[in-house]
Formats: sequence, C-alpha cells, structure tokens
Amino acid sequence: MEEKINALRAELEADRASVHNKEELSAFWQKYLSKNGSVTGLTKSLRDVPKEDRPAAGKLINACKVWAEEQYQALSDEIDAAELAARNKAEAIDITLPAVRRPVGSLHPITLVKNQIVDIFAGMGFDVFDGPEIEDDDHNFTRLNVPKNHPARDMQDTFYVAPDIELRTQTSGGQIRVMDQQKPPIKVLSPGRVFRSDSDATHSPMFHQMEGLVVDRGITLCDLQGMLDKFVQAMFGPEVKTRLRPSYFPFTEPSVEVDVFCFECGGKGCPLCKHSGWIEVLGAGMVHQNVLRNCGIDPEVYSGFAFGIGIERIAMLKYGINNIGLMFENDLRFLKQFQD
Amino acid sequence: MKVPFSWLKQYVDIDVSAQELQDKLFGCGFEVEELIDLGAEISKVVVGVVTEAVPQEGTHLHICKVDCGEYGHDIQISTGAPNVYVGMHTPAALDGSTLPGGVKIKAKPLMGVESNGMLCSGEELGLNDDLFPGAEVYGLLDLPKDTVPGTPIQPVVGLDDYIFDISVTANRADCQSVLGIAREVAAVLGKPLKMPATDYTTSETTEPRLSITVEAKDLCPRYIGHYVRNITPGESPRWMKRQLALCGLRSISNVVDITNYVMLEIGQPMHAFDMDTLESCQIIVRRAAEGEKITTLDGKEFTLTPQNLVICDGHKPVALAGVMGGLNSEIKPETTQLLFESAKFARDNIRRTARGLGQNTDASSHYEKGISEYTTELGMARALHLIQELGCGEVTATHIDVSAGAPREGKHFEARISKINAILGITVPTEAILDILNRLNFQVTLDADGDLMQVVAPRYREDIEVGEPDLAEEIIREYGYDHIHPTFLQNATVTSGGLNPDQKARAKAKRTMCAQGFYEASTLAFYADADLDALHIAPDAPERNVIRIMNPISSNLTIMRSLLAPSLLNVVVDNLKKGNEAGRLFELSNIYIPHQQPLTELPEERLHLGFIAFGAGEDFFQMKGAVEALGEAFGVHFTFARAENTPYLHPGISADIFCEGEKIGSFGKLANEVTNALKLPKDSRDNQKIFLGEIDYPAMLAHAPTGIRYCPVPEFPAVRRDLALVAPEEITCGALIEEMQRACPSVEKIELFDVYRSEQIGAGKKSMAFTLHFAAKDKALTPEEVDRFVKKILGNLKFKLGVEIR
Repeated sequence: MEEKINALRAELEADRASVHNKEELSAFWQKYLSKNGSVTGLTKSLRDVPKEDRPAAGKLINACKVWAEEQYQALSDEIDAAELAARNKAEAIDITLPAVRRPVGSLHPITLVKNQIVDIFAGMGFDVFDGPEIEDDDHNFTRLNVPKNHPARDMQDTFYVAPDIELRTQTSGGQIRVMDQQKPPIKVLSPGRVFRSDSDATHSPMFHQMEGLVVDRGITLCDLQGMLDKFVQAMFGPEVKTRLRPSYFPFTEPSVEVDVFCFECGGKGCPLCKHSGWIEVLGAGMVHQNVLRNCGIDPEVYSGFAFGIGIERIAMLKYGINNIGLMFENDLRFLKQFQD
Repeated sequence: MKVPFSWLKQYVDIDVSAQELQDKLFGCGFEVEELIDLGAEISKVVVGVVTEAVPQEGTHLHICKVDCGEYGHDIQISTGAPNVYVGMHTPAALDGSTLPGGVKIKAKPLMGVESNGMLCSGEELGLNDDLFPGAEVYGLLDLPKDTVPGTPIQPVVGLDDYIFDISVTANRADCQSVLGIAREVAAVLGKPLKMPATDYTTSETTEPRLSITVEAKDLCPRYIGHYVRNITPGESPRWMKRQLALCGLRSISNVVDITNYVMLEIGQPMHAFDMDTLESCQIIVRRAAEGEKITTLDGKEFTLTPQNLVICDGHKPVALAGVMGGLNSEIKPETTQLLFESAKFARDNIRRTARGLGQNTDASSHYEKGISEYTTELGMARALHLIQELGCGEVTATHIDVSAGAPREGKHFEARISKINAILGITVPTEAILDILNRLNFQVTLDADGDLMQVVAPRYREDIEVGEPDLAEEIIREYGYDHIHPTFLQNATVTSGGLNPDQKARAKAKRTMCAQGFYEASTLAFYADADLDALHIAPDAPERNVIRIMNPISSNLTIMRSLLAPSLLNVVVDNLKKGNEAGRLFELSNIYIPHQQPLTELPEERLHLGFIAFGAGEDFFQMKGAVEALGEAFGVHFTFARAENTPYLHPGISADIFCEGEKIGSFGKLANEVTNALKLPKDSRDNQKIFLGEIDYPAMLAHAPTGIRYCPVPEFPAVRRDLALVAPEEITCGALIEEMQRACPSVEKIELFDVYRSEQIGAGKKSMAFTLHFAAKDKALTPEEVDRFVKKILGNLKFKLGVEIR
C-alpha cells in the first residue's frame, strides 16, 4: 500500500506542474479527488489490505488525502491569483490621461474680500446693512453734514439720474438709514457698489466700499484705532499695526486717514508703500455730532465712529493686483486665480 | 498748494530742516505731496573766477583759466560765451558735475584743447531773471564780485531752497496761502508768528464821486474798495519777483505783481480797476442780466445769466466777480489811478460760474475754497502797505467798505476739557490743551472748575464749528496721534452680529453657481441703449424703461441696466478676443426699474442672477442641469417651457423657467442673429456656442421653503418597471412624463434612458424608453398592483396622446 501511495504521490506531483487554468484544475480534481478519483480510490482499496495492517494503511491513506487536498487548494489559489493578476493587467489604464471634469468656479476677488471683512466684523458683533445704490441727495450728502454747495461735494464727482437722485458716491448713506431705523447700540457694516464720474488707471466709475459704524455710550478715538488694529491684523497679518493721521471728511470729526505698517517690506520702504513704510488703507473718524443729531441721536449721550474701506484697494493690496481695471475686465485667466 | 521754504522763514524762525518740517506738517494734517529741492539736480557746480581768457584762433572759443578755490586755482575750461572776461565770477561746472535736466559734465577736449568742465549761463542752472537778475543774459551768468571761488553755487544763486507742495484738505481754506501755512508751522514748532506788515498812511486826497453798491448781498457779503492814484509803473523789487517766480508766476509790473503777491501770501484774490475806465465812478455788484456779455482780461467773451455775479461800473460789467477782471478796465502801463478790490464772494456761486463758463482761475479757485472776511481785510491792508513800500502810488483816503453785516470777531463758544478727553479716549493734560489752543490762536479762558473753557476761535478759522469735536481734532493733531492707545470698545454694549437670512441666501446662490463651474464676474451697473439693441430688445419691452444718467462719463455708459445679459455677453466677447475659448460666468447684481419717468422717488433695485457659458463642450442640457442644481440648492422645483418674449435667445433652443407656475427667468442658446452680429472674427463667430440665462432672483427665492423639516425616508422599496414608448416626433419628453404622472399618483420618479429612431419604428416617430419607479408610503406594492398601474398609464397614453408601447 505504501508503495502504491508513493507512486500516486509521485504521479500527482508530476501532474501538478501541468495545471495552469481552471479547466486543467478541474481535470486534476476529477483525476485525484472526485468520487472516482485515484486518491479517493485508495479508501476502496483498503479492503484488499490485511485486517491487521488496515489501521496503519488507513492512516497513510488519510495523510495522502489531506496532502492531495492541500495540493489542490494551493493550485486553486495560485490559479485564482494568476487570473486576477491577468485581469487587472488587462484592465489597467493610463492614469495620466486628462481628467473628465468641469471647473470648480470661484467667487470674484471683490466678493472674497467683502466676505472676509464681513467675517472679521461679524465676529465683533456687526450686522450687515444693504442700502440702495441709487440714493437721494438727502442720504448721500445732506444728512451726512454735506449740505448743498458744501465744498466737500467737489471731492466726489457725482452721477445724477434726477435733480435730487444720484448714484451713491459712498456707502456712508447707509449710516443714516441704519440710525433712522435703529437706536444705539449700533454696530453695522454697509457694503456695496459706489459710483463716481472718474475713470483712469487708478479710478473706475464704479467700485466697492465697506462702511462701518459704531454708536454707543462712551465710544472713543482709542476704540476706533483698537478696532481697526484688529481688522488689519485679521486681514494682513498679526504684526500689522495702524497709524492715524489727521484728515477731513464732513461726516466725521475728528477725521483720520488710516495707514498700515507696510506688510510687504516691514516698514523698510518698498514700491508698494512708495518707500514710506506705510500704506494708506482707509478713512475714518468720530461720527460728526450733526450726523447723530440728523438721525435723532443725542450726541451728549452717545458717540460713535465710522470708517470707510475701499474693497478694491484691500483686494489689490492683499492679492498684489496692480491695476483696478482688471477687477472689471472679468478675464477668466484673472478670475480663475481666486480659489479661496 | 506750493510754498517756498524761504518765504515761510520770513514769518517763522524755522530751526528745523525742510525734511523735518515735512514730517511735522504731515503729523498735524498737512501732507507734503512733494518736497522739491531746487538745487537737487545740481552737483559740483561752484563759483569760479576767470583769471585768464585767451581766444582760441579759428574758433569762437575762449580758453580760460578758472580759479575754483579748493577745487583748483588754475582749472582750464573752454567757453563759447561771448561775454567772458578776466575777473568774471561765474558758475563753473567741474568734471563729473550735473546740471538740471540730467545733464552730465565731463572733462574732454574741445576743439582739440582740454576743457575740464563748463562755465554756465543762468538758464543752464534753471534760473530766470525773476529768480536771479541777469540769469537771462546771453552768455555766462555774471555773479557778484564778492562771491568766493569754490563756493557751491546753490546758495549763491538762491537755489538752496525748497518748495513744499502741500495737500490742503477741503475744510482748511485758511491754509491756501503762504501765511496760512506759516501759521500752522508756527503752531507746530511752538514759535511766534511774525505777521507781514499791513500798516499804511493815507494822503488827504479823496474821490467823493466814488460809490460802491452791493445789490447781491447774498453773493457778496463783503466788498472793500480803495482808491490809489499817482501810479508810477515800474518793476517790482527783486525779493518780490523771486517769491512770485518760486510759486511759478512771472513778474509783470509793480501793481499787478502786488495783487498776485497778496493772493499768494495772504490768500486774498485782489483786483485792480483802471479808475479812468469806470464810468460814473461807480461800482455796482449785481447779478448779470440774462444775455449780458463780458470780455475778460484774456480776451474771451462770455454770455452771462443771472446765475453769474458781475462787478459793474455805472454802465457795464467790468469784471466777472471772483473769476477774472474785464478787458475794458484792465490796468495798463499808462494807468495813473486805480481802484483796489478786496472782496468775499459766495463760494458756491463762484464755483458754478467758473465751471459753467469753463473759466477756472487762481482767483476762482481761492473763492471756491472759501475766503474769510478777516482775509479780505488783511489782503487790502497788505496791498496798500506794499503800494507804499514799493513807492508806486499814493494811497488816498477814499476807502469804501460794504458789508452784509457779518460779525467782525471769531466764533465764541464753550467747551469742556472732560468732553474733549472723552472723545479722544485719553487724558490730555490741561496745560497741554491750553498751550495747543493758544498756539493755534484760539483765545481760551478756563473757568474756575478747571473743565469748562470759554473759547474764541480765530476769525480765519471758518471751519471751526461750535463744540468739542472740532477742538478735539485741533488738540490731537498737535498733541500727536501717537498718544492714542488702541482699546477695544471698552464701554460698548455687547451685540450679536452676522448676516441675515437674505444675505446668507445670496452667498449660497453664489456658491451654488461656483459649484456648477461658473466664475463670478463683476461688471459695471451701466451701459448704453446700443447694448439693448444688440440683444434685439423691442422698443416697447419693459427692459427699455431705463434710468438715464444725466451726466454720463461716456457715450457707452448712459443708462442703468435693466438686464444683466448684455453685460455678461460683453464679458464673453472680451474673453473670446483674448483667446479664452471656453468658460462659465455668473453675476448676482441689481437691475434698476423706475417707478416713473422722470424719477421722483428711488427706483426699485432688483437682484438678477445672470449666467453665461461658452465653448465647444457646452450645450442646452448642461445649462439646464446647472439651473436645476440651483433650484435644488434652494429647495424649489423648476419646470420648463419653450421660451417666449426673449428675443436674444434661440427660439428652438431656449426655455422659460417656472416655479409653481410663475415664470422666474429664461435661458438658452444665444440667438443666431445675435451671435452673427458679435464683434468677433467671422470664423470664430460662426462656431460659437454661447448659452445664457437670467433669473429674477427674489421671485425664485419667494418659492423657497424657509427652514428645514425632516421627512421620513420611505419604509418600503420602490418597484421599477421599464417602458419603451413609440410616440410621434412632436410629442415632447416632458409631455409624456407629465401624462404618466397624472395617470398614476404612485409613480414617484420617471427617468428617460434612451431615445431611438429607426425605419422599423417609422418616419416621424421615435421610441423613448423610461424607467418608472412606483412606491406607496404605507405598504410594499405587489407585482399585481404595479401591473394595474402600468396598464392604466398605457391606457391613458394611448387615449390622450396616441402613444403606444413598443
């Protein structure tokens, strides 16, 4: 029996080398492990073994069976692996071929900057008020302490659509509308398009401003600078500081021009800051008492500050854009650079 | 505002450099836009004394030996100037020197003889006769004999000076003069101000016939006239010529120079009338009659209206008030007697006249900014003083002063130190406050409580309004803004903040469009009628009811937009011209709808969402997908119908968008006739695939549900059935789906998955294959139930549309 098993093992091992696919594996199984297979057949031949030798022969037969099944399983695994590998190879693609997709789209840099400013001030408790773009003279000028024939009207070239209706020249009119509707405490931003009849390399007849207004008890010039410091740090970096210097706006008193320490050169002087170390970013001041009175707010009780930010100016500084005209050309090669 | 450093020094002992003064002025609110160093372009030019001048034979040159002090006592320089002589002191530009205009001087042979520099004329140094007498002589500048060889030339010829070009804010009309700036310089340096002399004596002579009448007191609150006679015309003194020249004015004659000098120095425009030309010896200040004419000094004739103020004699206008004198009363070389005018005119009236007539002058510019009556008085006194100082006339006793009655003192008011400090947020020491106000010429008395101040503002400070904020500004600009310490709303109430739901919705609309591959554009809010014409908008269409700009900046920006489509189409054309072949853009912006014409109230501003896509890969259904995605983001369901009344869209490839039956917009392919007219090269034009649309944003938003409410997910799975239907070509997919949905409420979704045409199906017919999803809320549907539904659907399709199953 032992000889017979050994012969069978030798035969099986020899056959094994010629099994390469599922069909051959099936034939292999038929030959050795099926009901009529030669390994299965060993059990039947046990009958021919003398009774006393049967336990030993049985063990040998069983061992051979287990071995044969292991051989079969190993062969089966090999073939599966080979077939999978072949399939994977056949299915492989050139992953460097171009993708199928549409562009992501993005917001205009003016919107990006507007959103950033709103985010900064919303965190400090500011609401956002959208005033009309076509505004009456009263809100755009008169109640902002710029009566008719005031020389400050010359500071802004105004587009008129009717004798007393104009395209707003500033978002400051939003101050009046807010203070008409709401009593202090007031913290509000008023963003939007503004228009001036001016067009050259540094001016567009339409641009965007962000007006900020705070009215409450005990608001000071120190508070104005403190808040603007927070703003410029959030916008341009934690080390950036502001500098105030005297200026004139009819609706604020005192009025200040606000410069930031040049974040490009660290104050050493560079083309961006025109070698002064400082960059002019916005105008601001303490709300003029006449403006408060015009809105029925008692300047003896309340005080406030206002600031006006040019959104294009901030966007140009932040993104290194050198020409305001690019903002309104809408060249896709420009617009695609503002993923944020 | 240009102010020479040397002129300022006449009024203030300035002990700082020009650069330091620039910083000080900047700190107190006067930005020096440019500090012009007059001698900056000149280097290595020194006083030279010609010790030898030998004519070079056969040339026009002289070979000179020049003593240049420490630079060399025997420098050989050739010159072609005919006026050279031995002993002449003249500017010598040495080897390696520079002259105005970037001229560089090098030692080099001239006509074969080594010349180690150049001897200079006045003009080569940038001088004229007014700046330095003799500068315009042909040839070398002949310097005084007391000049020392080797001395740098700048101080010798007065080029060691600076011009401050100062930006003066609109409220500080009092600083539109050298004296005005000097007052600020004195205050910021803490030095006394030396006022220019204004004393004069009058002769016994009077002109009793002279009368001055101001009829338009509202436009002329102050008019001072003074009669001067025995004019001796002549040149102005050197110092006056020089100061005028530094400010860019040429000297004309002593009397004319005085008027210009007083305007620059005091800020008061002065005028002088030739007394002999004034009929009836009268001055009348009145509004011009309609159609009245005047010819001004520069020979221009103007036709006037009652909006214009004129100065008249007994018969005719002799000056356009505050703008320019009349040619008929001009001071001439032979003038022997004159009437000086120093007046205050209403600034807005002068501005309107100057702008309206296009006649902007130095005088009108001063009046537009505002003149105080203090200045008017000072100007006249100064002019009369100068007449006497220059000895060019007799100041008579005839002085007529017509006033509307404004008080001749500064504004008086009360102010509290505590309130000033409360505005600033810091405590400025009381002594500092008093000192600063004193330096700025405010008269201040402090009450016993140490807080309340009685303040009198200087008369020239018409910008000062009653109250503490103005004083707070005066104090902090002198005290220094660096004393402000940033605080963060120490006393303010805490408020919540952030965007309201409408503002958040707008942000979402923009984000959704970005997610569909659109880039946000920002276009101007105005365009022209031609932009609507290009889109074939009918003359009677509502979009033609536009708001017109009364003073447009250009002919292509004349109307406020009534549609975004023209703006976006222009953007696409611009992109195509730049070689950008494909892309998607959107804009969420206002259009403007007038309630009436002409406008008497603010118009409606309505947000529109405009979008446009161009390029080979675009088609109608991609746009439809983008539109549906927008609807999905807002929880609104859009339906579509063939577009009507949208002339700029292709009639067969466009749709109106509906929300619960209400039309809220349209989109589609750009109409062929519009595409054909685009300003593009023909070959690129013909292949353009441009799709665009516009949605009335608030109309869409009105259909959006507010808030989110969870709806349970279906408990029972849907059953799918596929149906292939044969339908006539004219029956749309939408009609089939609508009919199927109507036939069976249990159809929760119908999807088209194939459209097929063949001979077998027949001409004029198509096969459309749909997957129908059936579901019930409360139970699982049985196959028998679904069979019944399908039967019902097929029955309805056949009966109503003549559509059969394939």
